[in-house]
Amino acid sequence: MTPDLLAYALRLGDDALIAAQRTAEWIAAAPQLEEDVALGNIGLDQLGQARSLLTYAGELEGAGRTEDDLAYFRDERDFTNLQICELPNGDFGHAMARLLYFATYQHLLYDELRTSSDEILAGVAGKAVKEVAYHVDHATQWVLRLGDGTDESHGRMQAGLDALWPYTAEMFASDELVRRLDVAVDPASLEEEWHRRVTEVIDASTCTRPASTYQHSGGREGRHTEHLGHLLAELQHVARSHPGASW
Amino acid sequence: MIEPLWEIFVRSRRGLSHVHVGSLHAPDATMALRNARDVYTRRQEGVSIWVVRATDITASSPDEKDEFFDPAGDKVYRHPTFYQVPEGVDHL
Repeated sequence: MTPDLLAYALRLGDDALIAAQRTAEWIAAAPQLEEDVALGNIGLDQLGQARSLLTYAGELEGAGRTEDDLAYFRDERDFTNLQICELPNGDFGHAMARLLYFATYQHLLYDELRTSSDEILAGVAGKAVKEVAYHVDHATQWVLRLGDGTDESHGRMQAGLDALWPYTAEMFASDELVRRLDVAVDPASLEEEWHRRVTEVIDASTCTRPASTYQHSGGREGRHTEHLGHLLAELQHVARSHPGASW
Repeated sequence: MIEPLWEIFVRSRRGLSHVHVGSLHAPDATMALRNARDVYTRRQEGVSIWVVRATDITASSPDEKDEFFDPAGDKVYRHPTFYQVPEGVDHL
């Protein structure tokens, strides 16, 4: 039970941590100052979820590792986040496509997890569900405006939706662990509603829902794209160069 | 592209008026509301937000300051200073 729960908390925590790092890269690089602040808020929401979940994982492990130890001193193959979280940002259309896909998934997941019999997971989910509802709204507003905007914005929005689509099936991949662990949510149960919600936004934006394509997988087993290593180098190098440093 | 400027008004809690807090850029009113939420209420400053397109505000001119405001200066009988404010009335 405990090793399963530990692995599950790490999955969700790693999703949130890696997503937070990518979101934070937009700060001072977004199209307008207001968007810098908006994405800063969203990244901090994700980081807050990561902190709670990694702290919980550290407690479950019982080896004295803190949230920081888990974030800064694990290697690439130890991270079990979804690959969609680690992909480079691309342009703003890509960023909003990712946020729409990922936040809609997180919203459905946390909404179910609120009723988990594990009090910590339920508590984290109860707080996070309101945060990610806003992330979904933010992404939706932009997908609608870019999709239904100029030819240039429509083309870029469609390109973003297409580029991220092959990384969406991984979100709903069920496995032994989630089926065994009764406090977890089997993500396969979220897929239908996710498709309904995302398709509704894409249709309204005048973009086209991407066709079924090859779908990547492996993140939950620690197999990642080449991009995660670079992300971790940036995320971890200060903590590893100066272990135990504080300010 | 320069997006329109919006003036932002935030009500900090029930019972108080919306107060002007600043301005920001947004493509339309819906996005202006969301930007205002992110820029001006991220530290629990508000329970309600109004956004108004800056060009929709008609403002008095600094040049008219004398005839607009000075005549009120010497009419103390208009000031509500001849009452006792009842106890417990905080926001009169």
